[in-house]
Amino acid sequence: MAEYTLRLRRYDPESGEAAYWEEHTVELEPHRSVLEGILQAKNRHDGSIGIRCSCRAAICGSCGVRINGQPDLACHTHLGRAQKHSKDGVIEVEPMGNMPVIKDLIVDMEAVHWKKIRRVTPWLIPKQPVPEREYIVPRENMVDVTQSMACIQCGACVSDCLSMEVDPEFIGPAALAKAYRFVGDPRDDQHRERLEDLAEDPHGIYDCTHCFACIDACPKGVAPMSQIMRLRRLAGNDFEIEDRNNGERHEASFVSLVKQYGLLNEAELLPRSYGGDSPLAKFKPSAAAELASSLPVIAKALLRGKVTAAAVFKPHKLAPSDRKAVKRIYDEVEGREERLEFNIYISGRDEDLT
Amino acid sequence: MKVAYWPGCVSRGFTPELHGSMAKVAPLLDLELVALDRASCCGAGVIAEHNPELADTLNARTFALAQQAEGTALMMNICSTCQGAQSECQERLDASAEYRAQINTTLAAEGLSYEKGLTNKNFLWLLVEEIGLEDLRARVVRPLTDLRVGPFYGCYIVRPVDRLGIDDTHPRESYLGQVIEALGGTVTDYAGSHKCCGFPIITMNKQASLKQAGRHLGDASDAGADCLVTPCPLCHLNLDLQQPLAEKVVGRDLGMPVLHLPQLVGLALGLKPNELGLQRHVVKPTSVIDWSTSVVGQVGDGAAAGG
Repeated sequence: MAEYTLRLRRYDPESGEAAYWEEHTVELEPHRSVLEGILQAKNRHDGSIGIRCSCRAAICGSCGVRINGQPDLACHTHLGRAQKHSKDGVIEVEPMGNMPVIKDLIVDMEAVHWKKIRRVTPWLIPKQPVPEREYIVPRENMVDVTQSMACIQCGACVSDCLSMEVDPEFIGPAALAKAYRFVGDPRDDQHRERLEDLAEDPHGIYDCTHCFACIDACPKGVAPMSQIMRLRRLAGNDFEIEDRNNGERHEASFVSLVKQYGLLNEAELLPRSYGGDSPLAKFKPSAAAELASSLPVIAKALLRGKVTAAAVFKPHKLAPSDRKAVKRIYDEVEGREERLEFNIYISGRDEDLT
Repeated sequence: MKVAYWPGCVSRGFTPELHGSMAKVAPLLDLELVALDRASCCGAGVIAEHNPELADTLNARTFALAQQAEGTALMMNICSTCQGAQSECQERLDASAEYRAQINTTLAAEGLSYEKGLTNKNFLWLLVEEIGLEDLRARVVRPLTDLRVGPFYGCYIVRPVDRLGIDDTHPRESYLGQVIEALGGTVTDYAGSHKCCGFPIITMNKQASLKQAGRHLGDASDAGADCLVTPCPLCHLNLDLQQPLAEKVVGRDLGMPVLHLPQLVGLALGLKPNELGLQRHVVKPTSVIDWSTSVVGQVGDGAAAGG
């Protein structure tokens, strides 16, 4: 039996008092969970500690908290490991972020998480006519959506979403991963409608800042950010949805500029992201307005020599033979009948098979 | 030490002072840079978003070129985003011999082939793991005494931890702090050091993007930082180039200089601010060069001359 000290974030909005830290020492084996530690503190020292839990086996998703600053399930984290990763030997437990606190370690999942989940129409809208017997779905299609189906709705990704931190209206990683679950399902009849909705929403798929926080947060390997990228891929490439948020234009321009030059031409990327993937984009009203609003910044950058006229008008590029090699790779890969997407979550690693 | 050197695109485009300062700093660290001038853009996650196989193939080509660079110990980059985007592709390439063989089939037309297991390290990782902090400390001629520096990593170099090889033996999420201390400076802890600068959504949601930049700069300022240092040129664009706009979004004056990692190292190794391109920043690094009580203050003359 070992001793562990837990530093719990306590808060009761009804008390009118500010939140505070409180320490409790518990006795448990190192392989017992942080949740068991919290429950022992609750049973032995203070019955008023608020924690939500149910299965204690990392499947119900109830006990999401932040442990030493990182979101995780309290039942999914060993005390020994948590102590090792603490800053001062004391295991710090606090409620998840981006959601209001109801009491102590319990956050209001309804106010944020569930509201956003409902936003993406999280059910199958079947194709008509509905067959008399079951739908037959190709195995590959179901394997494709298994990663997003692994979600247990714990809210850990929502807690640490860095886009939501500055834009609370962002639909967010959990709900968008859920959206892919239906966009990737061949039985669903509304793929285009779903994608148009999520691409056109200013707080939709193009509001993700690509920070990887949700990938590290998820205790189930869902990689919500990767699902958001797949939604973008389908929306921009396959359904050719030209959204009002410049998402599709930005991606298309980036990809085609690298094809042309081998390197990124930043001076062209900005106008094309607003005006479309063409050298004439900068003369379109949408791009011109954006460039005008950025003029003070551009002027200053030019003045300081940070951005040189050469970088703007004579962009860096690879030698002709290398540009040709890059173009050939583009033509070969993009010319495939079906896009190849190697996903380690599904295929595993060679080492895992031996 | 001889390394296959991948500078990236932005370090030669909109932040030329990064590539320039790296070239100046390298000889002072006995680093020989063999430039991968045939390699293409890493895709910054955007090409992978468009078509993962395309990004994997373009980066496999870069890795194959690095493996061909004679006498080099490893590949080095100077951009957090390149590190993250390339690590993502390398993870897929290294996971499966079958997938790798398919990608190599595309590269075969050029006579190139990527073999599993390339070491690709950002300059930051190389400083700590290859050169070593003791060695770095011994080379410092102008300690950054009393300079309070806030680290800003960039998402791509700190997450996901498994892919980037961050563990107890390689606590790469703390390396910037270690380097700042080795250079004689003081680390300023603040809330945003490992958060997102907002750059990836600057064209999609400008308000949210600049709010991220402005908030982190403000937090660093409140924590007492004189400047920030970053290994990521894309973060630099949002934190420095866009800082005047970020100030408007968050409604406060910031005036926070942001240094590229090789610039901070270069100052401590005795280079002049102008040699390191510090005069090119949008936010003048006056808090760095006018630091009156420290030896860093001596560099004030050079900076004044440059602008």
